[in-house]
Amino acid sequence: MTTTETLTADELFSRTLRLDSRSNPYPLYERMLELPPTRMSDGTWLISRHEDIKRLLHDPRISANRLDPDAPDPGEAKAPASFLVQDAPSHDRLRRLVMDQFVPRVIGMRDHLDDLVGSLLDAHVNDGPGQLDVVNDLAYPLPVTVICELLGVPQEDEPIFGEFARKLTRGLDPVEEPDEAEIRELTQVRNALIDYLNGLIEEKTRTPGDDLLSAFMPTDPDVDRLGPLDLRATLALLLIAGHETTVNLIANGLLTLLRNPDALARLRNEPALATTLVEEVLRYDPPVQMTARSTTADIEIGGVLVPAGSALRVMLAAGNRDADVFADADRFVPDRPNNAHLGFGGGVHYCVGAMLARAEAQIALTALARRLDNPRLVADPPPYRDNAVLRGPEHLLVSFDRLHK
Amino acid sequence: MNRIVIVGASLAGLRAAEALRDEGFAGELTVIGDEPHAPYDRPPLSKAVLSGWLSTDHVTLPRLRDVDATWLLGVAATGLDLRERQVRLADGRRVAFDGLVIATGTRARPWPVPAEAALRGVHVLRGRDDADRLRADLAAGPERVLVIGGGFTGSEVAGGCRELGLDVTLTHRGAAPMSSALGGTVARFAADVQRKAGVDLRLGTTVSKLDGTGRLHRAWLSDGTAVDADVAVIALGAVSNVEWLAGSGLMADARGAVCDTTCRALTADGSVADGVFIAGDVARWPHPLYPGDLVRLDHWGNAVSQAKTAAHNLVHGGHRRHDELPAFWSNQFGVNLKSVGLPTYGDEVMITQGSLSDTKFVAVYGRDGRTVAAVAVNAPRQLDGYAELITAGTPFPPSINAPDGPAYQSIVDAEFPQPLVAAVR
Repeated sequence: MTTTETLTADELFSRTLRLDSRSNPYPLYERMLELPPTRMSDGTWLISRHEDIKRLLHDPRISANRLDPDAPDPGEAKAPASFLVQDAPSHDRLRRLVMDQFVPRVIGMRDHLDDLVGSLLDAHVNDGPGQLDVVNDLAYPLPVTVICELLGVPQEDEPIFGEFARKLTRGLDPVEEPDEAEIRELTQVRNALIDYLNGLIEEKTRTPGDDLLSAFMPTDPDVDRLGPLDLRATLALLLIAGHETTVNLIANGLLTLLRNPDALARLRNEPALATTLVEEVLRYDPPVQMTARSTTADIEIGGVLVPAGSALRVMLAAGNRDADVFADADRFVPDRPNNAHLGFGGGVHYCVGAMLARAEAQIALTALARRLDNPRLVADPPPYRDNAVLRGPEHLLVSFDRLHK
Repeated sequence: MNRIVIVGASLAGLRAAEALRDEGFAGELTVIGDEPHAPYDRPPLSKAVLSGWLSTDHVTLPRLRDVDATWLLGVAATGLDLRERQVRLADGRRVAFDGLVIATGTRARPWPVPAEAALRGVHVLRGRDDADRLRADLAAGPERVLVIGGGFTGSEVAGGCRELGLDVTLTHRGAAPMSSALGGTVARFAADVQRKAGVDLRLGTTVSKLDGTGRLHRAWLSDGTAVDADVAVIALGAVSNVEWLAGSGLMADARGAVCDTTCRALTADGSVADGVFIAGDVARWPHPLYPGDLVRLDHWGNAVSQAKTAAHNLVHGGHRRHDELPAFWSNQFGVNLKSVGLPTYGDEVMITQGSLSDTKFVAVYGRDGRTVAAVAVNAPRQLDGYAELITAGTPFPPSINAPDGPAYQSIVDAEFPQPLVAAVR
């Protein structure tokens, strides 16, 4: 791509989805930031600027309904949509039921996370030179173990729904021409996941434990609870989110640190830096690159009138590089003050797992910085996964001189 | 400009001091406060402090920077001489200034009968010391607490008492708690919330007499009934601390001290008093979004932003307007309430999301075909969107069509006791 080339919103967006843009979509986002809200040929609107995104995430005239023609027909599919794509009041009720159980379990978990990270790295302790695949060895197993423990899902079942999660996440990407075979496969995976979750729910109904899933099914009949279909949709959401987001936060974070050795050295010497550093990763290279919304009324966004009933493509990762909001937007600044990034979205749908994701990433990155001597990227850029929405490396091979105990 | 004096050492005073330094003022800075305490945060006093979650040792305001000021605390300003450019203090001292920031705030409106106010167990709640005394009385486990006045402070106190498991009677002159700030239509939800929480709520009722020998033991109400109570909290609103400005020539009365949109103090003839600025709860000024009457706000956020604007204009001789959209919040009875704009300016109201009966809703206020305010109860996350609508002067009723909106738009009278009360809360 040359800088003189003029690209339309359509071209920019479809290039973003292409696999050859995966390792660095940011030049495309930079071009998007030059555009006001723009209607693309499929009728959806491209929204990239920070101010516009922040504003619409907090606007009452916005719905989480994606207006996605490819979405499975709720009448046919065996699962309703999760609260991720629902609006108030049902969204608010489901979200509250989840938060009430989820948050207290996450608070006070740091010591346990420390232990988990410690033992995952201990398996590779080496007094001499060695190599680590940070995705397979830490970034993936850490959040997966945590979400399985929280929900009370047996560890040995992990590969089953790890596979579900991988396939279903690919289905989140906007596609220009839906492939019949792919849609069929997705439906099959979805139905297989539903069968699996039904079994799990039955099991927990018979023998409840001290876990989140059991807590979602209180024995007191007077307590508000998730209905069976909502319960399944919520479980699927938490499992997939637990598998496919934090992994990218940790992997993108370490990749960024290896490309910014000063920041890595600072983190090694001052672990307290982890707090703002992880926020900066969420800005600089966020695990969730884009989301979607629709308008319920005519609404002016960035000086453009967007009519009621429009589907919006919300480019969170582009807004995170908006020079109107972030000084030196393309630079990684580990102690960036007032970091109003869009990495966790915003408004009523602000990431439910933000607290957990932050803790996991802070602890994992600090441990890597402390324990690895002279870590180096084996390949730059590393190989990326297909996904454009939940974007991150497939593998992140790091060679080192020594991995400390 | 070599010497700047700030009168008032609470939120607005402290933030003004910090902002003056941020703006580059390098001269001599003096902050005068009548309380002996370093600047502290007031919102927790009627919430976490009463319920015992937080002690008043922990309400000191964080310092955002070093201000290098002389702090004259525990000594009130008693007079202002604009010709000599001096502030007079209660101990006889005089402090000279080139620039002055007036941030003396307000105080609780006292019970009108001094002998009754002096009964043990009768409290007001404005400062740290008030909160400590009231907390001690509540912690001792009184038989019943009488809260006189159901505005925000009164309602928060009643909520704190219920949290402590205390019996509470709340008397309120209006049709519903907080009716003068929110209008009777919207405030109705609060009556339901309070009754459900076990408050003995007496609406349309005032207290005629507080009775007791040494200690309060009974109150007589306007409906002829009596309430036995050993603790009473007078929550009848606030009066401005302007007495020290008497004779100064500034335009000031019990409603506040008047400044222009750029925070410059005005004299009684309406001209600008050179180098004198006003910020925080004591300020009354013409808000560009709400023409027709002067606005005074007892809002935390306003104290901060008005202090900054005043400091900027004082240091640079600038003309920055203080036109930030008013906003406040309250927590009570497990309910989160947030407001943007000026509800009291409106005369019509429409529910745009949720419903009053669910205690989860957004209400939008309008006047003369313009959207002027929004109040969100247990629904804070979309209020920024409403704030933009208000700032943009969107027609009323606005078209929202929210997914949790009502099936039919219904615009009703907001039911403010008197229209156009400029002071809210």
